[in-house]
Amino acid sequence: MIHRMSAALLSLAGLFISAYLYLYKLGKIGGLACGTGGCETVQLSPWSRVAGVEVALIGVLGYAGLLALSLAALQPGLAARRWPATLLAVLAGVGVLFTGYLTYLELFVIHAICRWCVASGFVILAIFTVSLLDLRRLPRDGNA
Amino acid sequence: MAATQAGMKRFYSVLAVIAVAGLGLLGYLLTRPATVSIPANVIVQASDTSGFKGYVKGSATAPVEITEYADYQCPFCQTFATLQMPTIEERLINTGRLRWRYRDFPLQQHPFARLAAHSAACADEQGKYWDQHRRIYEGQAEWSAAGNAAPILRKYAGTAGVDLARYDACMQAGKYAGRIQADQNSGVALGVSSTPTLLANGRLYQGRFDSDAITKLVDSLARHPTK
Repeated sequence: MIHRMSAALLSLAGLFISAYLYLYKLGKIGGLACGTGGCETVQLSPWSRVAGVEVALIGVLGYAGLLALSLAALQPGLAARRWPATLLAVLAGVGVLFTGYLTYLELFVIHAICRWCVASGFVILAIFTVSLLDLRRLPRDGNA
Repeated sequence: MAATQAGMKRFYSVLAVIAVAGLGLLGYLLTRPATVSIPANVIVQASDTSGFKGYVKGSATAPVEITEYADYQCPFCQTFATLQMPTIEERLINTGRLRWRYRDFPLQQHPFARLAAHSAACADEQGKYWDQHRRIYEGQAEWSAAGNAAPILRKYAGTAGVDLARYDACMQAGKYAGRIQADQNSGVALGVSSTPTLLANGRLYQGRFDSDAITKLVDSLARHPTK
């Protein structure tokens, strides 16, 4: 259970990071707290949108989904089931790949690093790790 | 292994503390007082733009014109203005091959962008526009991070040789708020959504530019002056 609790807490942290960046993109909070200025460079670049959707909004929705799933997976009926952990690992895995792509853009295309994006990268990687650990503790038949 | 009731209680307590702290912080950021003193989204009057078609640099007979829509607080614009523009000026503008037109496009997420644009406009009425323009971009890291950018911009105006009494009156009146808004409206009408955006020969170019890319673009447009 500790893994799913960790996933929930990490998802909540990721949700707030994404919400902060999305509110910035909406022009609701002024500047970003980012010492290097790299955050604004990244957030205002043409690559801050994917298929017309703000990357920060994708983060908000993604972390909200992971939070809901982690909390559901903690409920007595699902606590011993394997599939929530599998789903969590798959979704977080997609998040890790997406973050890897965004980090590549920051390093080699935009040439600026957003600290908040790096923080989000660590969060999604941590969620992926704990969901794998959760999977490892559960037997394949789902009747732990 | 099921978690104990006490363990779950502790978990929900920690979750609630983080949620309340996060929501509180976002709430504070959303409600803190804005520092912008130049009004945005003003109704543009005809008198705001009479005779004004952007800040122009270069020969009136240059075969190519590029209009730049930019935001003083945008990091991309700053890099472009300080690193690429000197070369563009030397190679293209000063040699009569290119005319550059600068228009304001202050993005709403930049609390001081409109103030900076207005500061440059007030310097313009004393013939010091490009001096102030350069100083604002060069000092972006300083005023952008400040709690109040106005005194820093005023300091730049003073260094540029602007009469500060007239400057202060201009700033306090928000004299050019309509003109800045008109610039922004013209960009929106063209489809500008980010900065810097260049308009050349009826086409918009967005993203990162360097002086070599601009030189190639100018060469190409000079060879094919279709519009």
